[in-house]
Amino acid sequence: MAKQKKEVLKVENVGMKFNLSQEKVDDLKDYVIKLLKRELQYNEFWALKNINFTLNKGDRLGILGLNGAGKSTLLKVIAGVLKATEGTVTTKGKIAPLLELGAGFDQQYTGRENIYLYGAVLGFSKKFLDEKYEEIVQFSELEKFIDVPVKNYSSGMKTRLGFSVATLVEPDILILDEVLSVGDAKFRKKSEKKIMNMFDKGVTVLFVSHSLEQVKRLCNKAILLEAGQIIASGTVEEVSKIYEEKTN
Amino acid sequence: MKTYIENFKKYRFLLVELVKKGIKLKYRRSYLGILWTLLEPLLTMIVLTIVFGSMFGNPDPTFPVYILTGRLLYTFFSSATSGAMKSIRNNAGMIKKVYVPKYIYPLSSVLFNYIIFLLSLIVLVAVAVVLKVYPTIYLVQAVVPLVLILVTAFGVGMILSTMAVFFRDLEYLWSVALMLIMYASAIFYPAEKLLNKPGIYQFVLKCNPLYLLIHNFRQAVYGRPMNTHFLLASTVFAVFSVIIGLYFFYKKQDEFILHI
Repeated sequence: MAKQKKEVLKVENVGMKFNLSQEKVDDLKDYVIKLLKRELQYNEFWALKNINFTLNKGDRLGILGLNGAGKSTLLKVIAGVLKATEGTVTTKGKIAPLLELGAGFDQQYTGRENIYLYGAVLGFSKKFLDEKYEEIVQFSELEKFIDVPVKNYSSGMKTRLGFSVATLVEPDILILDEVLSVGDAKFRKKSEKKIMNMFDKGVTVLFVSHSLEQVKRLCNKAILLEAGQIIASGTVEEVSKIYEEKTN
Repeated sequence: MKTYIENFKKYRFLLVELVKKGIKLKYRRSYLGILWTLLEPLLTMIVLTIVFGSMFGNPDPTFPVYILTGRLLYTFFSSATSGAMKSIRNNAGMIKKVYVPKYIYPLSSVLFNYIIFLLSLIVLVAVAVVLKVYPTIYLVQAVVPLVLILVTAFGVGMILSTMAVFFRDLEYLWSVALMLIMYASAIFYPAEKLLNKPGIYQFVLKCNPLYLLIHNFRQAVYGRPMNTHFLLASTVFAVFSVIIGLYFFYKKQDEFILHI
């Protein structure tokens, strides 16, 4: 029986424009002076332009490109953090962005309190978090430190806690930005296993990494970005070949 | 509209968590903790009574009640609007990573300050009883200024939080503006002193929405009917500030991330 293809992500004609002011103006005095002198000049800069692609359920897309090609901007647009200047992004289902884990924690709060706070940010309900609380603590291996303010955590501990909360539910779309390298070797294995489990269940993945090795191992499709435009797309083998040629 | 409501429902728990966080963190690591919500207004009331009551000779025995009513409302307005103003920048870490309706940040800081304010009204009750300012049927009216000040603080907070993203200077400007508002709110001097003077002073007092709210709140506490002109003016201001605040915020919110 053929697997039914379900479209979960559609990116249409997405463009993202930034106004780069030549000098940074963020106080009122400067702004007024520059406005009066008509010195306010912006350089338009398109970080993304004409981005089109669709992903079906179970697709794993690697996003390749050099620094500044627009990879992170693209992920942020898809995650809904940035709003595209033009074009539309349509997503179906729950998105879990695993971007800079633990960056959203409140430093004064204890680990326990941060689980609830971060869970709420990700849109979980209190009841759900109550049920899963033990599981989170266990997975993060922070039983002893759960009532200690997060400011006293090491960065590894923070990422562990962040990862445990963020991967609580199986999302429909998983956004990974080089996070497979979190924590120590032991935790890395555990987190990779958890992500692999999600892969097996047919989660759709967007993966950004500079390691071609990882991309080849994890993804089946890829796109190559250069200066905000897609210059190649297709299977991961084809695209990584082009990428290798470009970088050599 | 329906999607807005559904989205709000989805993030209701986040709002609750943020309000809780505000209250918890405000007094964390202080020995007396939440007791400070009562102690702080009581102590400032004593200081202001000594300075403006005894030293400058105000014979009114219920003067502490007069001070406290003004002082409590002003403190709420001041901390709620300043909190809302800084909320976007303080939560920049979250805003940059995960999608969350952004109005939830200013809203939560207004709400948590409001809860602290409502708790601190206990002091007012105690002081009023001690000084024999007993409740009358007019006290029911107090609900009106108490709701209006919440709406006003939210509206002004939304306007400030939007502007502060683009201009950080606003944080300093607003603290000066708050000082001006404080002196123009008749907190520790009898309002009649200004109202009896013709011209600019009277005008400033009557144009200050916070004073209008404080006045009507006092009327309720002292058992007198509200001033309907003041009531109307402060209602209009509250509604307008919310409309402008929401409009402004929604129009600019997509640009926030580029500036924080």
